[in-house]
Amino acid sequence: MTQTMSGIAASNGIAIAKAFRLENPELNVDKRTISDTDSELERLTSALEQSITELEAIQKKTAEQISEKEAAIFGAHLLVLSDPELVGPITERITADKVNAEFALQETTDMFISMFEAMDNDYMKERAADIRDVRKRVLAHLLGVTIQSPSMISDEVIIIAEDLTPSDTVQLNAEFVKGFITDIGGRTSHSAILARTLEIPAVVGAKTAMADIKNGMTVIVDGLDGTILIDPEDSVIEEYKNKQTAYDQQKAEWAVLKNEATVTADGQAVELGANIGTPKDIAGVVDNGGEAIGLYRTEFLYMGRDQFPTEDEQVEAYAAVLKGMQGKPTVVRTLDIGGDKELSYLDLPKELNPFLGLRAIRLCLEMPDMFRTQLRALLRASVHGNLKIMFPMIATVDEFRAAKALLLEEKAKLQSEGVEVSESIEVGIMVEIPSTAVMADTFAKEVDFFSIGTNDLIQYTMAADRMNESVSYLYQPFNPAILRLVKMVIDASHREGKWTGMCGEMAGDEIAIPILLGLGLDEFSMSASSILKARSQISKLSKAEMAQHTDQILALSTSQEVEDYVKKLSAK
Amino acid sequence: MVEKQFTITDEAGMHARPASALVGAVSKFKSDITIEHKGKKVNLKSILGVMSLGVPSGSVVTIAADGEDENEAIEKAADVMKAEGISNQ
Repeated sequence: MTQTMSGIAASNGIAIAKAFRLENPELNVDKRTISDTDSELERLTSALEQSITELEAIQKKTAEQISEKEAAIFGAHLLVLSDPELVGPITERITADKVNAEFALQETTDMFISMFEAMDNDYMKERAADIRDVRKRVLAHLLGVTIQSPSMISDEVIIIAEDLTPSDTVQLNAEFVKGFITDIGGRTSHSAILARTLEIPAVVGAKTAMADIKNGMTVIVDGLDGTILIDPEDSVIEEYKNKQTAYDQQKAEWAVLKNEATVTADGQAVELGANIGTPKDIAGVVDNGGEAIGLYRTEFLYMGRDQFPTEDEQVEAYAAVLKGMQGKPTVVRTLDIGGDKELSYLDLPKELNPFLGLRAIRLCLEMPDMFRTQLRALLRASVHGNLKIMFPMIATVDEFRAAKALLLEEKAKLQSEGVEVSESIEVGIMVEIPSTAVMADTFAKEVDFFSIGTNDLIQYTMAADRMNESVSYLYQPFNPAILRLVKMVIDASHREGKWTGMCGEMAGDEIAIPILLGLGLDEFSMSASSILKARSQISKLSKAEMAQHTDQILALSTSQEVEDYVKKLSAK
Repeated sequence: MVEKQFTITDEAGMHARPASALVGAVSKFKSDITIEHKGKKVNLKSILGVMSLGVPSGSVVTIAADGEDENEAIEKAADVMKAEGISNQ
């Protein structure tokens, strides 16, 4: 009978193999009174030296087989073994209290472990695991216990363990270790991070794996969703083998595309960017081969706090994003707050129609001091990369001119203060209000680029609140009304030698992509995890062929007709 | 005695890798070297001490050296912090 268990998906992929339990030997420490302190100190020194030799070997092996970066953690372990603040107190306890080396080690390390565990920072909490790892190694030498090493495994297995220490994890040989399950740990544990580097499927935080799984049982690890199947029936194994094959094929296909440009079947390049909310999202963008940031939503910087972020804090965040993108285009949207998005420290009157009220650029122009702080921060950060500034919710040319005037004023001020500012910052607008789409030809003479925000553009064009389920049928991305507006915007930008991007949900949609390609969209910005799939789809489409269908698609009557038309095209 | 202030600019604060590099580099000096953050002062030659400060991004730390090679020690600390990208000073 298949038994199911679930944990935290820590590393993608699927593994099917026999279970191998990595037991943690009991390292019992008794307190003993010693008389010969010199020989006790000698035992300590010898255990420390043996541990150093072992760790140096592990560090070297990790640097060779994985990376210098992963090996660095053992550099930290080595420093712990020679840390005067650790070795000093241990020596002191042995000589002054006349206790055995094991006990002195245990007591001293316990103090550091509880200190790290008490910190209110996940990263620092994880460091307690490093001290435990180092202590276990030294204790084993003192007690003459051999610790089971994952490097001895020579059959295909899935490792089951209470937890894997960093040094366990680097000894995992991907040839034999097909996956692992641990009872404790989270996505930021060493073991989880290394599993992703080694591309070994893993589930952590399973809680009862050591209790329920015996050596030799067949186990399936689904690192995609955190499912663990114990002793599965043949039909289940078959099902997971298929899932495994499908995953491997897709991964192989997408991996090839990661460092490739996005080019259509007829050789036309477009840009695939990502939408992000914080500098931390950059890693995901790089991992998924993003060519740009099409939308950095700066409002997250303002949320979850009790006062406005300072200019310096903002410079730091913007600079981190720009540096992380290493010169690739980065579109930063100025503050889009108000309406339904509130800030606890900003007291705004309740509105009857928040989506039609004082929000985004309207609020920023109403509160110029707040806006100027953000603009100054952006300008100061601009020297770190390829910054493009975008104003949200622009409805009139006057609004754009007012916002740009503030930007230019702040730029002049900074320059007069001797602050370096990039001279090549493009300034563009979000197109999400129908008036702006209709006037795109006029806007195109003044802006450097457009980015179409489809979620709002659809809601405002159809006059349908996207939060209201009773009118959700009107949320129609493929309604020809929307597509015609999109075409107007793209055409207007191209006539003035400018470019148009799209940063709504629609840009990553399988049905929308062929249409948008035909309409000539220059940049598609989506969630990072959709990029490789979109690149794969675009590489199979011909832009010229899609362009030939544009007139017919725009002449259709309904959203459904458009969807059916594209599906038929794709099926060919 | 010489001392110098640094602002930690790395987004992750002073994490294990740069802290190791710093401790490893200054351990070679004869001077007593300390790092202070928010009124707590620890031995900069101790990785556990430095990590226990839990220095987050954006904070200011003071490094002080006292001894025959104090100037070289401070200079080396500044070089390592810059090379590791945790401080831009």
